[in-house]
Parts: sequence; structure tokens; C-alpha cells
Amino acid sequence: MNSEILGVVASFLITLLIAIPLGKYLAKMFAGERVWTDFLKPLENGLFKLAGIRPGEPMDWKQFLKAMLTINLLWLVYGFFVLMFQDKLPFNPDGNPGMTPDLAFNTIISFVVNCDLQHYSGESGVTYLTQQIIIMFLMFTSAATGIAAAVGLFKAFRDKTTTNLGNFWEFFIKSITRLLLPLSFIVAIVLAFNGTTASYEGKDQFISLQGDTLNVSRGPAAQMIAIKHLGTNGGGWYGANSAHPLENPSYITNMTEIISQMIIPMAMILAFGYFIRRKKLGWIIFGVMTAGMFMLMIPTISSELGGNPNLTKMGITQATGAMEGKEVRIGPLATGYWSTLTTIVSTGSVNGMHDSTMPLTGAWQLLGMMINGFFGGCGVGILNYFIYLIIAVFISGLMVGRTPEFLGHKVEAREVKIAALITLLSPFLIMAGTAIAAYVFNNHGDADWAVKPANWLNNPGYHGFSEMLYEFTSANANNGSGFEGLGDNNIFWNVATGFVLILGRFLPIIGPLAIAGLLGKKKYIPESAGTLKIDTVTFGLMTLAVILVLNALSYFPALALGPIAEYFSMIK
Amino acid sequence: MKKYIIQSIRLTVVLTVLLCVIYPLLVAFVSKFSAGKGNGETITVNGKVVGYANVGQKFDQPQYFWGRPSAVDYNAAGSAGSNKGPTNPDYLKQVSDRVDTLLKYHSYLKKGDIPADMVTASGSGLDPDISPEGAAIQIKRVAQNRGLNAEQVTRLVNQHTEKHIFGPATVNVLKLNVALDQLKK
Repeated sequence: MNSEILGVVASFLITLLIAIPLGKYLAKMFAGERVWTDFLKPLENGLFKLAGIRPGEPMDWKQFLKAMLTINLLWLVYGFFVLMFQDKLPFNPDGNPGMTPDLAFNTIISFVVNCDLQHYSGESGVTYLTQQIIIMFLMFTSAATGIAAAVGLFKAFRDKTTTNLGNFWEFFIKSITRLLLPLSFIVAIVLAFNGTTASYEGKDQFISLQGDTLNVSRGPAAQMIAIKHLGTNGGGWYGANSAHPLENPSYITNMTEIISQMIIPMAMILAFGYFIRRKKLGWIIFGVMTAGMFMLMIPTISSELGGNPNLTKMGITQATGAMEGKEVRIGPLATGYWSTLTTIVSTGSVNGMHDSTMPLTGAWQLLGMMINGFFGGCGVGILNYFIYLIIAVFISGLMVGRTPEFLGHKVEAREVKIAALITLLSPFLIMAGTAIAAYVFNNHGDADWAVKPANWLNNPGYHGFSEMLYEFTSANANNGSGFEGLGDNNIFWNVATGFVLILGRFLPIIGPLAIAGLLGKKKYIPESAGTLKIDTVTFGLMTLAVILVLNALSYFPALALGPIAEYFSMIK
Repeated sequence: MKKYIIQSIRLTVVLTVLLCVIYPLLVAFVSKFSAGKGNGETITVNGKVVGYANVGQKFDQPQYFWGRPSAVDYNAAGSAGSNKGPTNPDYLKQVSDRVDTLLKYHSYLKKGDIPADMVTASGSGLDPDISPEGAAIQIKRVAQNRGLNAEQVTRLVNQHTEKHIFGPATVNVLKLNVALDQLKK
């Protein structure tokens, strides 16, 4: 047990040791100041030249969004067809089939939006070609899209009054050349030298010790696992994701993977403070997010370490905690730690099956995704948190009776309206989606789909409801983890979550950038005694309260029907 | 708008070369210098591959140590957990059946001796390890079926219990069983 505690504490400390300097570096690098990675400039300039991009060219918020949306739309269309016809393309050593149109629709959206909900299994649903040129490609580019969007927002608040959010392409490419690609290379090598497969060999066959003929799926996984975590993507090479022993072979690779998925989301928060020359604000936000993280993590770990009460009743010894769906080399403590981080930072990779975790653990996982602003995904985490900040500024303004201001810009009706709409979007998509699914399950159980609605759920009762709620929550948060017992590869789930994914991604990027664009061009009001200071602990707590109240009001009823009801039925 | 479309296409092409050809090939090349050459580390007996060190395989014969229950029956062409919820009655029945099976083959055991990992399915269905407690409860059966004395087998289990600075202690079932076969000769 002590070695397990040591492992988790070490993981967290190493994360901080990397994330803090990385944050400073990112702020400098994106601001165009001199940094030690400037030796990569020739590579960047080559990319700019080949793509016909002039990096310094300013963009206002509308141009910035247009560039971002154009390239994302291109990937959607192109990827959809490649996935459908992957069986006719080369590099398919295992002879896997092409995707059905609804599965291709879901999969391409899922990876373009940095979610990585997987309604297929990596071993049999995609080929080596599509794993690399579609899945892994999008892991890099969707993360870079999020980071570039966040830097656009930073830029709006760096100068007193500006219409220039910077150049989308420049931020996008620099996110890859100066951050994601070098780090991925290092992480991939660490994984490969600790047992993760990295070569292009296909399935292997051999005779086991007992004389059975066995097959083992393999492939260039390490390359993908590195960016899967650094880019908070989460889609696995293998079906079992990071629980798979060739994807996550040891406790050391487990630490490597959990550290890599936290460092960029953490660093981006600090980078915000340094970039806009308000270091303290960065640290206050960092503090609020860390507090939120521990509020979710501590009860999660305690409920997993306690084991399953139903198994205790049978007389089984659960010395290390609940083991269903978990791996011995990782253990329940590190799995609990991971499950909190993967749900708050929107990675969605799993090193143990969430469907089999304790009911309250499920509730904390759901809540982490519903809030979706404690660190959050690459770049988009700070965008989500920005919406909470605007709401908190507005409410505080009402409380003290002053016109609300954000960093020297008046927050007026238009900005608050956008923020309110974005806030309402998540509960709407999650609840409406789950309600429709529950209705179809109950009333059209025999619909002739690839998986009949009556057979969707792997577990009866409250837990079955949680499976449906989890799927929509994960889709909306662009998280990508699942209660994987759900029979989700059919037209209903592929199409329904496809729409939720795309709305849950782009509206929460467009909204904050629009607000930033609108605020940035307003006249700068210098700070006075009457200004509401937002880089204080008091305002940090205010934001935390706003986050908790908003989310509790929105989601408590749904959580009560699923995990909370299951918990009470279990301990009765 | 047209400008953005052309830039997007050109950027997608050049990034595909950088991210999907150069980067993965470079990593694959460097991985050739790792223990498993990037193919996954294999275990060989008399020159024949009998398994992957990190991929669990099915053991149900009485002369071997058994691994954990698996939702995919250790078929490593795929991978999955059971995804059973903690209150699912079918699941609880299944666990209780596994306990009965273990008690049947290990008549010397009491229920309280059985560690959770031996009656719950792993996340991947391919867990290569069991806990040291999971190995300990099987020692007597394995010794009896091989005509060895229990101390000999205990010593072997202790040799194969891997303690780590970070993370739980593990026993790799395949490595232990290979060593067991070699002990006999």
C-alpha cells in the first residue's frame, strides 16, 4: 500500500515540476519572445512556406474563427470517406473492414473535436493506415486547435485595446512544433523502452504453455499513446485503452501517461497569467482548479479503496480495494487517481473500466465532466473556465451594484448573453440526449438497429441509466471515456452523440472567443478603487462557488436517478 | 474564404507527412533498440515463443498457477473488461460462482483467504499479473499436482514476486509457470 501512495504522490509532484516551467515557457513562446526552442524555427518556416501562410498576419476574432472552422471542416469531410473505405486502402495487415457510414460519422467527429469517444475497438475497427493518418493525425491537430484558440483569447487581453487575436495558423503550427511533437517524441520513446509496442508488425500467433493457439494484436501504439495523453485526446490503440498491458505495460508507463495528460492543461493556466502580465491571476485560477480537483479526487479514491460492499458481504478480502475492471500492476489507488484526472482534463483515456467502479466514483467522474473546467482539455479548459469567470464577474457586479468589468473592459449585455447561452448548452445537450435515449429504450426496445435498444445496457436498474447519462456527458464534455458496457455502435448512439460532440466542442470555443473579441476592442478603463479585482483569493472562491452552484442545480436530479440511487440501494 | 480552404489543404498535406510518416517511423526505428524491439517482449522456451511477457494467457490446468478471470477469455486479438456494475445481480452471482470454483479446487482454503483480484475480471481481460496473495493461495494445489513440496514452490513464488518502489507488488503468471516447468526437469 505504501508503494502505491508513494507512486501517486510522486506522479503529482512530477506533474507540478514539469507544468510550472512549461507554463512560463508557453507564455514566452506564444508571445514571440526568445526561447530555447528557437532552433526549431527553420522547421516552422518550412511548414509556413509549404502551406502558403504568412505567420505575422493579424486576424480579428471572426477571421480567427473562420480559419479554425475551415480546416476542421476539411478534416471532417476527408476523414469520413477515408474511414469508410479503409478496407480498400493499404497498411491493413489484419484485414479489418471499412466503417459503416454512421460509425464513420461518429468516429471522425469524435476525433476532430478532441473527444475520442470510440464506438469501435482499436484491434478490429481501424487499420494501421487510419490509426495513423486519421486518428493520430487528429490527436495532434485537435489539441493544437484547442491551444491555438486559447492563445487567441490570451492575446485579446494582453494589450489594452485591440482587435487583433493573433494569427490562428501561427499559434496552431507552433503548438505542434514547439510543444506537442517534441514532447510526444520523448514520451513515445519512454513508453517504447518500457514495453509498449511501437513497430509495424501485424498480429502474432503462437502456441501457449498449455498448448492453446493464441493471437496477440500489436502495432505502432507508443507513438499514438504519447500524443493521446499529451493532447488530452484519450483514444486507445487497443480496445481496452490504457488498461491494456501493451499500451500501459507497467506502473512506470502508467505514471508517464498520467503525468503527460496533466502537464499541458496545467501549464496553459499559468501561461494565461504570464501572457497577459497578470501572473497572480494565473495562480489564483490554478488554485481554484486544484481545489476543485481534490474535491473530486479524495472521495473517489476513498470509495475505490473501500472495495465493493457486496463482495465484502460474500467474505472476499479486498485488501487493496475494488478490483473489478482494474489491473494488478496499477492497483485501485492509481486507478482512482487517474479516473479523476481523466474526467476533469477531458482526456477520457482509462486504465481501469469506469463502468465497474463504485457508484459514487461514477458520480464524481460524471461531475468532473459536467463541470469540465478544472484544468480541462488542451486549451479548451481555460476557455470553459473563462465562461465561468464572466458569469462570476457578472454576479459579483450585481451583488456590489457596479457595472461588471473584466480586466479593464466593461462586461455588457451582449457578452453576458453569450456566456449564459454557453452555460445552458451543456445541461441541455446532456439532459435532452439522455431523456431521448431513455425514452427510446423504454418504448422502442425492438427497433431494428445494429444493437436493439432493449439490448443497449450491460447492467440493469440505476446503473443502466448511468450508462446512458455517462455517454452523453462524455460526448458533451469532449471527454471520450465511457461506461463501456453500453451497446453504442448503432445508428442512434452514433448519430446522437455525433451531434452532441460537435456542438459541445465548437460552441464553447466560438462563445469565449467572441466574448474576448468583443471585450478586447472596448476602451480600456484603468483600475481604480471601485474596480472589482479578479486576481484575489476572494474572487477565486466566488468563482468556485459559482461553478459548484451552477452545476449542482443543473445536474443533481440526473445524478440522483443514476449513481446516487445506486449507492443507496447498495448500502441499504 | 477561398484562401483559408487552400491553406487548410496544403497544411493538412504537409502535417500528414510530418506527424504520420516521419514522427512514427522515427519512433519505430529508435524502438528497435529496446528489449522487445518494439514488437512486445516475448518469452521463449527451447527456442519457441510461448507468450508475451506483458500479455496474460489462460491457465486452467491444475499443475499451473492461474491468472485472473477475463471477460475476453484471454483472447489477445481483442481486449475488454466485463463492464459489470458493482450492484448488478448477475455479476454478483458470477463472482460468487468463481469463489465456489476456487474453493472446490483448493479445498484447504477459507473464503476470507481469497483476494479480490482472483475473482474479479481485469480491465483489459489480459492482465499478466496476480497479487502475491493470489499466488500464495495456489501454492499447495500446484505443489500437490506436480509432486513437489510446498517449500520449493513457495521459494519460486517469492523469487517471482516483483516489489516496486512505486506501485503494487505483482507476480507475473506466465514467467512463474515457465519457471515451474523448468524446475521439474
